[in-house]
Amino acid sequence: MYDIIIIGAGPAGLTAAIYGRRANKSVLVLEAKSYGGQIINTLDIENYPANNHISGFDFATNLYNQAKELGAEIVFDKVIEITNNKEVITANNKYNAKAIIIATGSDNRKLGLPNEDELIGKGVSYCATCDGAFFKGKDVAVVGGGNTALEDALYLSNLANKVYIIHRRDEFRGEEKSVNLLKEKDNVEFVFNSNVTKLISDDKLNGIEVTNKDGSSKTIDVNGLFIAIGRIPENQNFAKLINLNEAGYIIAGEDCTTNIPGIFVAGDNRTKEVRQLVTATSDGAIAATNAIKYIDNGE
Amino acid sequence: MIEVNKDNFDKEVLQSDKRVLVDFNAEWCGPCKMMKPVLEEISTSNNEIKIVSINVDDEDELASKYNVSSIPCLVLIENGEETNRSIGLISRSDLDSFIGGK
Ligand SMILES: Cc1cc2nc3c(=O)[nH]c(=O)nc-3n(C[C@H](O)[C@H](O)[C@H](O)COP(=O)(O)OP(=O)(O)OC[C@H]3O[C@@H](n4cnc5c(N)ncnc54)[C@H](O)[C@@H]3O)c2cc1C
Repeated sequence: MYDIIIIGAGPAGLTAAIYGRRANKSVLVLEAKSYGGQIINTLDIENYPANNHISGFDFATNLYNQAKELGAEIVFDKVIEITNNKEVITANNKYNAKAIIIATGSDNRKLGLPNEDELIGKGVSYCATCDGAFFKGKDVAVVGGGNTALEDALYLSNLANKVYIIHRRDEFRGEEKSVNLLKEKDNVEFVFNSNVTKLISDDKLNGIEVTNKDGSSKTIDVNGLFIAIGRIPENQNFAKLINLNEAGYIIAGEDCTTNIPGIFVAGDNRTKEVRQLVTATSDGAIAATNAIKYIDNGE
Repeated sequence: MIEVNKDNFDKEVLQSDKRVLVDFNAEWCGPCKMMKPVLEEISTSNNEIKIVSINVDDEDELASKYNVSSIPCLVLIENGEETNRSIGLISRSDLDSFIGGK
């Protein structure tokens, strides 16, 4: 029996582990892939207080080492279910805890096209700054209308021969400054009111079919498609027990409590306005503090 | 784990007696750095497989020969032929089954 089991070793989960250990509680962190969460994809973090420039990898590694040094146990195993009496079930094991913190973050939102998964790494990507360099001098498309899509398009316009931006509306949600910068580029073409409806490939991506609101469709030849349509919370495995909103986020306020006493949520997977490192680590501290209170009150 | 480039690729990879796991990576790739210690560990503990590392920035010819367009990208090569490939960060247990061919 552990005092606190934390699901997910991202910024929120590892911060919760630090707070749990500092209060002398036994802490187990269960992580499906590798520590650090989403942030390991970032080369340079510029907005974390007191860390002017730090890579996501270094940020994650510092946090991981800090939690380990304080005595948190970290096991690589994916959680598939949790129960009302605080049993945590993984593919290989079962663990028991007095309190649970769900800190599973979010994953890339997919278009949902049949061959999308097969083409990941063969032309389909969810991270322009990670994979853009492989498309030097080629034709690529970006799907999406938010800031990520606009920033991806700007980044790619400096590498690729041609960049198409496919957006389902005729206006962007993202910042006007980026839109204006893109309009000045000779190699950027906007495709408005359109959805990507087919991925055309032999073994690699060769093109996309885009369908306009008016029903007409056309094929665009591209080697790369960068999908930037947001992220989805990783809460599916808890949906039976924990209340989620319609978008799949765990419903919780700033106190990080869920509908089940003793089960808390921290980070990008809960309902909130700002999903950033500072808010994820802040949640980790609050969720752990409330879990400690819950345990100490002998509930 | 050895670094491979286009000059020794034939000898170290294509002509290897053992199966080879080629790790395409780059200095700027966080997920690649996450996988490195795990690959190092397997490289020293499992003699049945040879693990080599290729930096895609220095070796763009090899990267494009193998159609690498996203890293981490792990390619299994047996008798000079690609037999399997894994793209993106994967867990230790998925990596073990990828190598084990399960
Ligand atoms: C490309 C990119 C750049 C970014 N840049 C910045 C930036 O510069 N500044 C900033 O403040 N924020 C940035 N962010 C946002 C920031 O990364 C997130 O807000 C933060 O990582 C959220 O932390 P988290 O712990 O809530 O979730 P995550 O980072 O998503 O971590 C969740 C962890 O839980 C694990 N997990 C999921 N399901 C399970 C399960 N069932 N069992 C076990 N483990 C599981 C996952 O594998 C993951 O490791 C960026 C995000 C991205 C994608």
